Amino acid sequence: MPAQPAGWCGVTSRRAVLRALAAGACLLAVRPARAAAEEVAAALRETFGGRPITPGKVVLELPKLAENGAVVPVTVSVDSPMTERDHVKSIHLFAEKNPLPRILEVQLGPNSGKARVASRIRIADSQQITAVAVLSDGTLWSAAVQVEVTVTGCGL
Amino acid sequence: MSDQAGTARVRVPERAKRGEVIEIRAMIEHPMESGFRLNNVGKPIPRHIVESFTCEYHGREIFRARLHPAVSTNPYFLFYTVATASGELRFTWKDDHGGVTTHVARIEVSER
Repeated sequence: MPAQPAGWCGVTSRRAVLRALAAGACLLAVRPARAAAEEVAAALRETFGGRPITPGKVVLELPKLAENGAVVPVTVSVDSPMTERDHVKSIHLFAEKNPLPRILEVQLGPNSGKARVASRIRIADSQQITAVAVLSDGTLWSAAVQVEVTVTGCGL
Repeated sequence: MSDQAGTARVRVPERAKRGEVIEIRAMIEHPMESGFRLNNVGKPIPRHIVESFTCEYHGREIFRARLHPAVSTNPYFLFYTVATASGELRFTWKDDHGGVTTHVARIEVSER
């Protein structure tokens, strides 16, 4: 048998688990370099132009322990009356150890009625996920959650 | 090429009272191939992801999402809107291969 491509999902010791999972095609990270905390910081600067981000107002719900990193349920809600004068304009999610720091962005408005959004995301490895909300008054608020992943978002 | 991006499944209440905040769930069947995976002979699998999802209500955009490869296979969103008037909710997904899927749901809104 020819040598196995280096680094099934990057980590040799996980090979057995992955082999069971993979049956052929699962996945190895093409880009071993992962978004680090600095990349998240860079993405925040690029997105928000260095405006101050204050922890608070945002509730980021993620499982503390995600069994399957490929499908992790996420809910973000923001303490906001969602009126014409005072509402959430957008919510942004960032990952520090995924191949890319950005996960998704959503735009809301006063017609949303409720500042709450849920989705399902990939988390490549145990890491901190950050949510940032942009309010109509221009202020930025955030929340961060540490997620432990037992089976990586292999092939994220 | 302009194919369907995938099959959509949407849940919108059939009826609501004016001013009520309604819950909307929308999912599309899509591989969300991240572009970071290799196939079994070590070749990169090209990226194929849904890049944008929008919901319009009465022609006005009420929700927009930009997706990156870290959104799971079969992207799913739950969000809310205020029921303002009877009419159509139009959902549109666009992927990076030119695929577009549109789904329309109707809602009847009654006075309180």
